[in-house]
Amino acid sequence: MTVFAFYLFAISVITGGLFTVISRNPVHSVLWLILAFLSSAGLFVLLGAEFVAMLLVIVYVGAVAVLFLFVVMMLDVDFAELKAEMAKYLPLAMVIGVIILMQFALAFGAWEANPVAKTLREQVVPTNRHNTEALGMILYDQYFLLFQLSGLILLVAMVGAIVLTLRHRDDVKRQDVLAQMYRDPAKAMELKDVKPGQGL
Amino acid sequence: MATDLTLILPEVFMACFAMLGLILAVYTSKDGMASQLVWATSAVFLVMAIWIGTTGEGTNVAFDGMFVDDAFSRFCKVAILLSAAAILLMSEGYMADRGILRFEYPMLIVLAVVGMMMMVSAGDLMSLYMGLELQSLALYVVASLRRDSVKSTEAGLKYFVLGALSSGLLLYGASLVYGYSGTTLFSGIIQTAKSGDMSLGLLFGLVFLAAGFAFKVSAVPFHMWTPDVYEGSPTPITAFFATAPKLAAMALFARVMHDAFGSAVRDWQQIIAFLSVLSMFLGAVAAIGQTNIKRLMAFSSIAHMGYALMGLAAGTVLGVQAMLVYMAIYVTMNVGTFAFILMMQRDGQPVTDIASLNLYARREPGRALAMLVLLFSLAGVPPMLGFFGKLYVLRAAYDAGLIWLAVAGVIASVIGAFYYLRIVFFMYFGDETDEVMTGSKSPILSGFLMASATIMVVGIVNMFGIEGAAAFAATALVN
Repeated sequence: MTVFAFYLFAISVITGGLFTVISRNPVHSVLWLILAFLSSAGLFVLLGAEFVAMLLVIVYVGAVAVLFLFVVMMLDVDFAELKAEMAKYLPLAMVIGVIILMQFALAFGAWEANPVAKTLREQVVPTNRHNTEALGMILYDQYFLLFQLSGLILLVAMVGAIVLTLRHRDDVKRQDVLAQMYRDPAKAMELKDVKPGQGL
Repeated sequence: MATDLTLILPEVFMACFAMLGLILAVYTSKDGMASQLVWATSAVFLVMAIWIGTTGEGTNVAFDGMFVDDAFSRFCKVAILLSAAAILLMSEGYMADRGILRFEYPMLIVLAVVGMMMMVSAGDLMSLYMGLELQSLALYVVASLRRDSVKSTEAGLKYFVLGALSSGLLLYGASLVYGYSGTTLFSGIIQTAKSGDMSLGLLFGLVFLAAGFAFKVSAVPFHMWTPDVYEGSPTPITAFFATAPKLAAMALFARVMHDAFGSAVRDWQQIIAFLSVLSMFLGAVAAIGQTNIKRLMAFSSIAHMGYALMGLAAGTVLGVQAMLVYMAIYVTMNVGTFAFILMMQRDGQPVTDIASLNLYARREPGRALAMLVLLFSLAGVPPMLGFFGKLYVLRAAYDAGLIWLAVAGVIASVIGAFYYLRIVFFMYFGDETDEVMTGSKSPILSGFLMASATIMVVGIVNMFGIEGAAAFAATALVN
C-alpha cells in the first residue's frame, strides 16, 4: 500500500513538474505546479514528516502558488516572446546541463557518505515525540538564535518594501476616523421633498 | 543561555538600536530625524568597535557552536564597524543634498552590519546563511534608495536577482555538505572531512559554497553584477558596498574554508587560486577602458579581491594574516578614494566622468596630492602602504609554493597600475577644458580623504599594530 502510494505521488510530482515547464498557457503551468506541491506534501506524509507536509500545503499551495496565479493573470507578460528569447539560449543551456549531469553520473559510483556522517546524522531524529512538538523544541530552544535572526530578516524585508514603495502624496484623500465620528446626521443630511414628475 | 547571550550582546544591542530608531523616527519627525540618526548610528558603531576591540578574550562559542567569538571574528568586526561608521558620516551631506536621506537608511545599514557580524562569527551553515541574507537583503534595498532613478532601481534589481541566484548556489552547496557530513556545524564538518578522504559529495558541496562566496566578494567569474551595481547605486552606497560587505564576505570565505574544510587545503586551494588569478587579470584589463570613475572602482575592487583571495589560497596562517592586513588596507584606501569621489561635483550635481578631473591639481593642489597618494597606494607603487599589502599576500603565496600565482599577481599589478596612473595624468597634465569641476567644500569628506592619504604614508612605519592583531586573528582561525 505504501509502495503504491509512493509511486503514485512520485509519478504525479514528476508529471506536475514536467507540465509546469512545457505547458503553453502560464495559468496551466501554475496549476501543474500546485499539483507538484500537493504530491510532494503526500511524499512527506509517507516519510512521517506530517508537519512539513502541512507547511508545504499551507505556505506553498495556499500562499505562494496563489500569488503566482495572481501575478500571471494580472501582469500582462508576453510569455510567447519570453519563450522565444529562452529558445535562443536553449542549445547552450542543454550543453551545460548535459555536462553537469554527466559529471554527477560519472561520480555517482563514488558518492558514498562517510561513516562519521551517518552517525552524526542520526542524532537529529527525535524519539517519542511527534513532529510538531519536536520542531518546536528545536526551533525555540536550540535554534533560538536563528529564529530571532530570521525575524530580523523579515523586518528588513518589510522596511525595504516600505522604503521603496511608500510615497507621501498630499492629494490623496485619507480616512479620518475622529472626523467621521463627530459627523452629525442632522447636519450631514438634508431631506428634500421631491414632487413627482418635477425632479430636483 | 545567559553566557550565550553575553557573547552576542553587541549584536543584540545593535539590533535593538535599529528597531528603536525605526520606531522613534516613525512616531516623531520621520525623515527630519535622519541626520541625527546617521550621527547616532556612527557613534554606536564606534562604541561597539571599541567595546569589541578592547573586551573579549580567547575563543568562545555560543548556541552550541553556531556562534563563534574568537580573535579572527573580533578583528573583522572592528574593521567592519569602523569602516561602516566612516562611510555613514561621509554619506550624510551627499544624501541630504540629493534629497534621499531617509531615516530608514541608517537603520538598514545597522541591520546590514548586524548581518555582517553574524557572518564573520558564523560557526554553522545555517547561521552563516542567516547572516548573509540579513546583510544582502538590506544591501539590495539601499542600492535602489534613489527610487526615481532608472539606474538606481536597475542596480537594486540586478543585485537582487543575481544575489538570489548566488544564494541558491550557496544553499545547494550547503545541503550537499550537510548530506555528506551529517551536520551543519563547522566543527562537525571538519570531523567528517578529517576522517579519511574527502567524499565526492562533500567536495561538490564545497565547490558550490565557494561559488556562492565568490559571488559575494565579486571574484571573477561571478563578478558581472559589480560594475552595474556600483555605477547605478548612489555614490555613498557604492562606497559602502566597496568596503564593509567585501570584508565580511572575505572573512566568511576564510572562516568556512579553514574552520569547516581546514583539513582539505589541497582540495580548495586550486579553486581559490583560479578565482584569484582571473580576478586580478580581469580587474586590471577591463578597468582600462572605463571613463566612469565608479565603474573603474568596481573593476579596481574586483582586482583587489583577487589579491586578497591570493592570501586565502595560500592556506596558511601567514596567508590569512596577509589577507586580513590586505583587506584592512584596502578598506582604508577605499574610504579615502570614495571621499574624493563624493566631492566630485559640478554646479551641485555629482560628476563621475574621469575627464572632468582635467588639471584638477591646479585648482585644488592639496586634494589632488592626497588623491595621488591614494591612487599610488591602490596601484601598489612602492613607497605607499598599498605596496606592502600586496607584498604580504605575494609572500604568503610564495611561501605556500604558489609561485606561479605570485608571478601572475605581479604582472597583473603592473597592468593595473596603468589606469590608476591615468587618473593622476588627468589631474596633473590633462587638457584645459571648459567644464570645470567645482568640488564640494565638505570638511568631513576632506578630513577622511586627508586622513586616509596620511595613513597610506605614515602606515609604512608601523601600520598601527594591524599586523600584530591580524597575526593573532589568523592563528585563532588556522590551527
